[in-house]
Order: sequence, then C-alpha cells, then structure tokens
Amino acid sequence: MTETLTAPSATRGLVEITGVRKSFGPAEVLKGVSLTVEPGGVAVIVGPSGSGKSTLLRTINHLEKVDGGHITIDGQLVGYEVRGDRLHELREKDILKQRTEIGMVFQNFNLFPHLTALENVAEAPVVAQGRSKAEARRRGLELLDRVGLKDRADAYPRQLSGGQQQRVAIARALALDPKILLFDEPTSALDPELVNEVLDVIRELATSGTTLIVVTHEMGFARDVADTVVFMDQGQIVEQGTPQEIFTNPQEPRTRSFFSKVLEPAFNI
Amino acid sequence: MSSAATKVAQSQPQPAAVAPPARPGTPVRQATDYSSYRVVAAKYPWRWVGTAVVALGVLAVAWSLATNPRWEWGVVAQWFTAQSVVKGLVETLKLTAISGVLGFVLGFTLALMRLSASPLLVSVSWTFSWIFRSTPLLVQMLLWYNLGYLYEKISLGIPFTDVRFFEVQTTTLISQFAAAVLGLTLNQAAYSAEIIRGGILSVDQGQLEAAATLGIPAWRRSTRIVLPQAMRAILPTAFNEIIGLVKGTSIVYVLAYSELFYTVQVIYNRTQQVLPLLLVATLWYIVITSVLSVFQYYIERHYSKGAVRNLPLTPLQKARKFFATHAAAPSRRNF
Repeated sequence: MTETLTAPSATRGLVEITGVRKSFGPAEVLKGVSLTVEPGGVAVIVGPSGSGKSTLLRTINHLEKVDGGHITIDGQLVGYEVRGDRLHELREKDILKQRTEIGMVFQNFNLFPHLTALENVAEAPVVAQGRSKAEARRRGLELLDRVGLKDRADAYPRQLSGGQQQRVAIARALALDPKILLFDEPTSALDPELVNEVLDVIRELATSGTTLIVVTHEMGFARDVADTVVFMDQGQIVEQGTPQEIFTNPQEPRTRSFFSKVLEPAFNI
Repeated sequence: MSSAATKVAQSQPQPAAVAPPARPGTPVRQATDYSSYRVVAAKYPWRWVGTAVVALGVLAVAWSLATNPRWEWGVVAQWFTAQSVVKGLVETLKLTAISGVLGFVLGFTLALMRLSASPLLVSVSWTFSWIFRSTPLLVQMLLWYNLGYLYEKISLGIPFTDVRFFEVQTTTLISQFAAAVLGLTLNQAAYSAEIIRGGILSVDQGQLEAAATLGIPAWRRSTRIVLPQAMRAILPTAFNEIIGLVKGTSIVYVLAYSELFYTVQVIYNRTQQVLPLLLVATLWYIVITSVLSVFQYYIERHYSKGAVRNLPLTPLQKARKFFATHAAAPSRRNF
C-alpha cells in the first residue's frame, strides 16, 4: 500500500466489460454490454432512467452478479476465478478483497449514520486492509481535508448537509486507495446548489490517475470531465465517443432525441 | 400582542427592513425594539380544567391507599424486607437474568437462522418460534419439569449408535430451577428472535451494500454496521419483553420454586394476610421495572447516537440546566 492517489499510474485500473447480460426476473436490463475504460480514464455513462446504467456500474464490483459475459480489471476476472476450463465463483472473502480495489459512491450516500464522518472514513482501512487505527485516522483526516471537511470530522452524517455527506462518502471510498471509483448518480439526491461542491471534488479526482466511471445526469459535467461519454438505452450501449462527438454530433437517432430533451438550447451550439 | 403584531406588519414594507445593514448616515425609520417587552404565554383554560380533574382523581386514589386500614401498610412494611422475601426476590432476579440473557442469545441465533439462505435453517427457526409461541408458558414449564416421565435418562452419545459418553437420570438433571430456566429461556428465545429479526430488517439495504463495497467482512458488518442501527428498533420491544419476563417468572410458582411470588404465597397461606403480602410482591416488581426503565432510557439514548441531530438532554442534565438558568438573574429571556 505504498501507492499514493495523486501519482498517476497508467498501469492500473483498466476495466474491460465484455458482453455482459443481466436480468431481473423477466426483464432483461443489460443485453450484452461491452465497454473498455483505459487506466486513469474517465467514462461518463448517460441515458434515460431504466436504461441499465446503474446496474452496469454495480456489476463492475460484483454487487450484481452477471448472467452472461464477463468483466476484468487489469486482466483479472471480477467475482470468478479460472480453474482449468471452468469459472469458479469466488468466495465472499475473496470478493471483498477485490472490492477494496473498487471504490463506490452511491446516489443516497449510504454513510453509516451511527458513525462520525471520520469513523466512516477510517473503518474500512482497519478491518479490510489491516492498517492500524492511528494510521487510518490520520489518513482519514487527510482525506476529509481533501474534500474540504476536516473541521466536520466528528460530525454525524445527519448533522451534515447532503453535499457534505456525499463528500464524506467520496473520502470513504478513497480511503482504500482504489484503482477504480464508481459513482452512481452522485448528485441526484442533492439540492441544486449543492451539486457543484460534489462535482468539484470528482473533477479533481479525474486528474489523479484513478479510473473513474460515473453515471450521471449532469451533462455539463460530462462534457467537461469525461474522456469517453457512453450513451445507454434499453440495456444497450447505443453510442460512445469523446464528449465532442457525442454531444455536438451524435450519430444515432436515439442519442439525438435524448439530448434534445435534456440539453439546454444554449448548451447545444 | 395584537398591537405588537400590527407594528411588525407596519415595519415590514420599509426598505430598511429588507436590506439588512443600513448604511450609516442614511435616514432610517427606527425599528421598534421589542426586547424590553414582557411575553405573555397563550392561555388554555380547558387544559387547566382537565388537569384539575385528573389531579383530584389522583389525590382520591392516594387518599384511599393511605387511609383504608385494610391495606395494612404496617404488615407490608414488616414483610417488605423480611429475609425470606428478599431471598425470593434474589431468586426472581436470578431467573430473569439467566433466562433473559440465554433467551436473547438463542433468539439472536434463531433470527440469523431465519434470515439465512438455507431453507432448512429458515424452517427450523420458524418452527421453533411457532411451537413456543403457540403453547402456554405454564404448560411448557410443567412439561419440562415432568420430562423424566417421558425420558427416564438423558445421555450424550453418537446418534443411532450405542455409543454413550455420558448418561444421567432426567429427574436429577432437571431440577425445579433447571425446568424454570429451560421453560423461560426457550419461550423468551421464540419471542426475541422475532424482535431481533424485525430490527435487522429495519436497517436499510444500502448500509449493507456500502459495507460490502468497502470490503468489510460479514461478521464485522453485522456487529459494527447493522446491529447498532437495528438496536434502535429492537430496544423498546426488548425491554418490554424483559419486563414481561420479570413478572413471567412468577409463573414458576407451579413448580414450587421459591421465587418472590411463591414466597409471599407461602407466607400468606400461613398468616392469612393475603392482600398486604401481594402488595409486598407488587411493590418489588414495581421497583425492578423502574430500575429497568432507567437502564432502558440510557441504553436507548446510547444507540440513538447519530440517529437524531442532537441528543435530547438526560433528566439530570435538564435539572442542571433548569437550576442554572433559574438561579441566574431572571427577567432577561434567552432566545
């Protein structure tokens, strides 16, 4: 655990999703999705609700088991192990170990309400990585400082605003030094005036060398920060490309019709 | 108050009231200073009538308790701390503590079984709760005590073989105490299993997901993340159960086990002072329940950490604050 987050490392955080399928009962929410995110890259997934964006994100850290296809991180399968010609499902212990390399930030924060901001951040490094409590606290304070909340370290989540809570959640995800950070609509539960404080933190992370995969409805943010914008609809990737390509010159009619509904006229010059 | 309200209404349209810091030199109409006004609390006359009626009722009850000679308070006082009664009280506390702890430990296990993915564990747990919640505690108690009739010997060995490590007469193993603890524990476990399960289910699924994404191991996830939050839902009902158990121990009298209730029964059968002695037992049960309520208050307060923005003051802190503010010079109000 000597790598620091600020040092860009091009060798870690390659995400390859190949032909992933997932159904909930009769509804197929992912219909064979393939996507590659380069190490240190920033992929922003956009699309209408119910298009499978969040489910795709949740398959990357095996919160959802895939029904078909596979996902690798730096060439290593997520949730399975190859033995001979078979894929053996990993035991929970090993899945947890994989997950420590993949941080996740949720739409509704999911901070632990009975723990203070600092305790939230310092919990996982101690129990999942075996660091000392003192070190985890020191590092936790550092991370809270980084998201601008050092002075609220001892506050409980309910004593914080939504934006502050989400920034604590980001610090918590960073505490394990993940290769990859997943953001599941990180600003959707926030009041409009709180959205930017969270986006600013993510924006700063985009340059840190960690691979970011962000599901969001913030198109302005996607245009500014993404290397790749992925447009999903009905369980499939309809189109992907640079923000320039996707926002100003979408090829597919479905993409065009979606953006015509969500983009403000001034934006679509 | 109405005149004050009018003044406020008048001062509102003034631009000075809207733009907060008035620039020096600018002529501003002086805003009325209300800080010297005395606040008169709103009056609710019917509340006073209701209070008076209830107070009268309380007084009447107290009066009759104090003056009716048939309560025989002298006898109550005489027996209240009698050695035999205290001994019975200790037995009651012992039964409560042992079956309470064992019952909740077993209940926790049953709750986890019920929430597990194994259909067998789920059905065993369900059946356990079903049986023990369906049979009267009294029947269970007598059944355990008479286990020797059903099974003469109890042995430990390898099932379906003749290998026996250990064998004992059922009647020697199941004493009155053992039957009482067994009955109360199993019954308690059946109820607490449901309470604990309910508490665990009340914790948001997102908490588990967040813990899982952070790589927190399953055991730590239960003890550090889920249970502390579940406790808020579990505690009020759990204390109900424990208080019920305190009094539930009185059912052990059917086994002629000398806990509090059986003890006073023995005494009044001898002295014929039935009501005063029942009063002795009642008062002790009230004392136990009151002590438990204090524990409940502070334990619940402990687990409400983070669940409320600011913890409410404890009665002690309230009293301190009351005296601090009222001892200080009056007349000035704090907003």
